[in-house]
Amino acid sequence: MSRIAGSSTEVAIRDLRRRFVPFFSTVIAIALALLPVVASAPLVPDLGFLALVTWRLLRPEIWSAQVALGLGLLNDLVTGNPLGQSMLLWTGAFLAFDLIDSRLGFRDYLMDWLIGAGAIIFHTVGAWYIALLMGSDVRFAIILPQMGLGVLAYPVMARIVLALDRWRLMR
Amino acid sequence: MAPPSNRRPGFSRRAQYGLFLGYVVAVAGLVVALLLLAIAIMDPRGFAAIKGGALDATTPVTSGGRSVARFFGGIGGAVGDYFRAGSQNARLREELEAVRRELNRVKAAEAENRRLTRLLGLARETPDEVTLARIVGSSFESPRRLATLSAGSSAGVAVGQPVRSPEGLIGRVIEVGRWAARVLLVTDGSSNVPVRMIRDGTPAIAVGRGDGTIELRTLEVGENPFRRGDILVTSGIGGIFPPNVPVAAVIRLEGDTAIARPIADPARIDFAIVQHAFQPAANAELEAAPPQPIAPPIGAPPPAPGQAAPAAATPAARQRDPRYQPALQQPQPGATVPPR
Repeated sequence: MSRIAGSSTEVAIRDLRRRFVPFFSTVIAIALALLPVVASAPLVPDLGFLALVTWRLLRPEIWSAQVALGLGLLNDLVTGNPLGQSMLLWTGAFLAFDLIDSRLGFRDYLMDWLIGAGAIIFHTVGAWYIALLMGSDVRFAIILPQMGLGVLAYPVMARIVLALDRWRLMR
Repeated sequence: MAPPSNRRPGFSRRAQYGLFLGYVVAVAGLVVALLLLAIAIMDPRGFAAIKGGALDATTPVTSGGRSVARFFGGIGGAVGDYFRAGSQNARLREELEAVRRELNRVKAAEAENRRLTRLLGLARETPDEVTLARIVGSSFESPRRLATLSAGSSAGVAVGQPVRSPEGLIGRVIEVGRWAARVLLVTDGSSNVPVRMIRDGTPAIAVGRGDGTIELRTLEVGENPFRRGDILVTSGIGGIFPPNVPVAAVIRLEGDTAIARPIADPARIDFAIVQHAFQPAANAELEAAPPQPIAPPIGAPPPAPGQAAPAAATPAARQRDPRYQPALQQPQPGATVPPR
């Protein structure tokens, strides 16, 4: 691909790519919950939330908090969570990110990981607590592996998102 | 670090209002989500149409991939078993062969049992199965244990119906779309199945633990009645699950309770059988039907000869009686019967 767009169509395509790659990559991550896997214990972290958090921490300026509301609704519908669960947890996490952003002067990768880990732990515990309220009386220890894997999956997702971001902004 | 006193994104009014509006929408959305969640907790059946529609829209994706999914299922199973049973794979396979042979024998016995039961006139109240469907996916990212079934209300599936495989009980339908349904597996933390032990008929409640195992709670205090390897079957109490469907096998004891593993592993089976609720009256209140008359309690004195209701004369006529509830009238093995 040449570095200079040759026609207005090409400009439009690049503009669309620049705008919508974060959104659609997150939607695809949400849709991964539709993989025909039947698991007996929760191990896999919530990939949609992971992608969302990674995009948000890498590019704080592309999304405002209300984006998490719509994507959360989509996630609730796709995964079969009680309606409102992801809307609540995801938007809450985004508002917390905004607060953190306003208080921290700078961030580096390790701090991103720390903040992301906090968000993943908050999300997993929140999902567990909502399941508890819904009558699913499971021990807390059962979600620990999922939580740990989620925190460890953050760097992997950061690599993927970084590659996507580079492709998105490529000229 | 304290937040800067001036949080304006710049001098553009449009940018300022946009930022402010974004927060208003987000916080309002948070409140709405909280309300939705409160509704979902108080009435899990709320928004059935929306959730059923979403289920219909997403299930084709899942079931389309199921043909590729033996591969994924193999990986998922291997990862799940790795910690516990990876090295025992060969032994388990041998066991499976033995169990299959056993199963054939049991099936023959079951057929004979059915024939004899029919001879005795203890026919079932409802026909056996609604439909045959595939288990196409599950909620592998959440602490709930739900599976997706490739049949919905167009095939006659309704909320509350039990789902089983030839091996054993899988769970119960909790959400229905037109072409798909969601099943609450017996391993989910909110699943309660009344069971009894095959060996001596001890009644218990099988409660899921969320990690693929089941906890067995008995009413007895003191000695733990279970032993490793005990098989539990549904008792039919409660009227949703038909009796004598295998549910779980005990793998270890923990104090007063026992931990069991479900006999039907939804990850390995292809087809699930959706059955009618054993006694439709058990789900009647959910369908807003007119209230059923209350059946006589267990152990009620039999009517004096000569005064017996004509409706109870023959088994067939007895079944047409709306008050007829076989599980209540014939105490199941292990059910507590108060002294007369």
